[in-house]
Amino acid sequence: MAFFLETLLGGLMAGMLYSLVALGFVLIFKASGVFNFAQGAMVLFAALAMARFSEWIPAWTGLPYKPLTDLLAFIVAALIMFVVAWLIERLALRHLVNQEATTLLMATLGIAYFMEGLGQSIFGDSIYKIDIGMPKDPVFILDKVFPGGLLVNKEDLIAAAIAATLVALLSLFFQETATGRALRAVADDHQAAQSIGIPLNRIWVIVWCVAGVVALVAGMIWGSKLGVQFSLSTVALRALPVVILGGLTSVPGAIVGGLIIGVGEKLSEVYLGPFVGGGIEIWFAYVLALVFLLFRPQGLFGEKIIDRV
Amino acid sequence: MLYRENGQFKTTYRADQQIFPITQDRLFIGALLLVAFAAVPWLATDYFFNAILIPFLIFSLAAVGVNILVGYCGQISLGSGAFMAVGAYGAYNFMVRVPGMPLLVALILGGLCATLFGILFGLPSLRVKGLYLAVTTLAAQFFSDWMFLRISWLTNDSASGSVSVSNLQVFGLPLDSSLGKYFFCLSLLVVIALLAKNLVRGAIGREWMAIRDMDVAAAVIGIRPVYAKLSAFAVSSFIIGVAGALWAFVYLGTWEPAAFSVDQSFRLLFMVIIGGMGSIMGSFFGAGFIVILPIALSLSLPVLARLLGVSISTAGISHAELMVFGGLIVWFLIVEPHGLARLWSIGKQKLRLWPFPH
Repeated sequence: MAFFLETLLGGLMAGMLYSLVALGFVLIFKASGVFNFAQGAMVLFAALAMARFSEWIPAWTGLPYKPLTDLLAFIVAALIMFVVAWLIERLALRHLVNQEATTLLMATLGIAYFMEGLGQSIFGDSIYKIDIGMPKDPVFILDKVFPGGLLVNKEDLIAAAIAATLVALLSLFFQETATGRALRAVADDHQAAQSIGIPLNRIWVIVWCVAGVVALVAGMIWGSKLGVQFSLSTVALRALPVVILGGLTSVPGAIVGGLIIGVGEKLSEVYLGPFVGGGIEIWFAYVLALVFLLFRPQGLFGEKIIDRV
Repeated sequence: MLYRENGQFKTTYRADQQIFPITQDRLFIGALLLVAFAAVPWLATDYFFNAILIPFLIFSLAAVGVNILVGYCGQISLGSGAFMAVGAYGAYNFMVRVPGMPLLVALILGGLCATLFGILFGLPSLRVKGLYLAVTTLAAQFFSDWMFLRISWLTNDSASGSVSVSNLQVFGLPLDSSLGKYFFCLSLLVVIALLAKNLVRGAIGREWMAIRDMDVAAAVIGIRPVYAKLSAFAVSSFIIGVAGALWAFVYLGTWEPAAFSVDQSFRLLFMVIIGGMGSIMGSFFGAGFIVILPIALSLSLPVLARLLGVSISTAGISHAELMVFGGLIVWFLIVEPHGLARLWSIGKQKLRLWPFPH
């Protein structure tokens, strides 16, 4: 029982991290109908920037106080992501307005390749560390209930807390601010939003900026867990089933989907894996999402599309 | 003036329904085939065969397959690499398990394995559409990645999933020189491309295109979506499977599951997009572009760097390649979203009036 709960908890924690990456997808899809395959490359790019600037800033300025330099590195990386967002809108998306969804998908694949190359040529292609002082030691909880207690990684707990905070902030942003309302209006209907004076281009830049910051946070957490290297960009492929399970247009869907996929992955790996040779996590997540889709083709929280001839 | 069809009268239905109804097209294709079969073998060197021509032929074949699914039937697939892998490992298994199995039969059986796999992973397309489907096809990709790494029976119990074939023979002739491999791939490509071209301009192809353009409307006028979608998956994955088997047998010789990773799937999709969706001709353009681009870049980038007075490392070249590749894709999509095939048809249109502007 304790082992099962541990696995479950581990799945929930991992799911929270998937949700973070998935959020980036959902934000951009909601506001512009672009399925952003470059999200993984953005995570890699942001994490690389963060990792390198947290080395460079102390070296350049001689600031001794670690949290301060980390904060500076975070701000610089966020600014870089803003510039990237602006450039993507300016150079690519603006020219692709009104193209088919597949064309846009391909364009983001191109952007992904470009950013992977650019990120590695600017920041280097070795394995870098992000150390934002997250405690790595595991803790035991609930040792009154179970003999020996439940083993939980403190780092995972903090990561989940950060993810939850970010999600709460994002929902506040969407619900309470004028920009957030404009974003939702654009998501509902581009043309109607434009006709009441909401500037589409600016909204897109803002959305990509927000997605960039989400990618930065995701990259920071993943990076401090696994180290920053090229394989980080494949995190996006892990997060894709989350998005389609939750529905492409739903922020809560990304969260719930993330938790389901996270739990499903871990449980399947632990309880099903040994029978079939292990390593089934990745495709199991996809198959799980697929099975869900067979019953609800628009995802759990996605909008139902009604076709008319 | 050069490319003019007035005066070419057709007096029979047969003549009207030819693949290339215009004489100039027929002459051009005939000349192209003549060059491919007779001139190229004289002119090309071994490097040229192995680095450019053979990959180009095999990728063209795969791109034709992907184009049938993505371009003609409108079912975006990011799992083409998996179909290649199933074709390759399927053919391999028939090769090693059945004594005296002829290569051609093994290739076709490998293609049939891919067909089954394709139909299985095509089933969700009956419910799931568009971008959702694109992502779910990744399930096929990751499943095959895992399958050939972990199920050792499929790889004849080799430890890392790495397998190899040797002493290939076609009709008793050994397939070891690059020239022989070139002829083999070329002949297969010509035959399959011809079949594919005829399929897409026949009834079944029109059903696919109707489904692509609007599936609900197609269903209303009596096209069965189940049949159309699954047949597109079947035909396309058969062709991709044969291409995968060729890639493994003829080009690689020794391969492991990583040869058919998700990158390969993306590359196949790029070929179709850059070449032109819904065009058999476009598949060739796309494959040529994707095969030649990295070679051209790796040759030109160091020279360019030396001209600018900087030195560029191997890692730097590969990063620059990624950037140029990504940039070109975006540029292509902006400038010519219908791909190179569209440029081709624009060129033909201009030739109709040449040398007059209107």
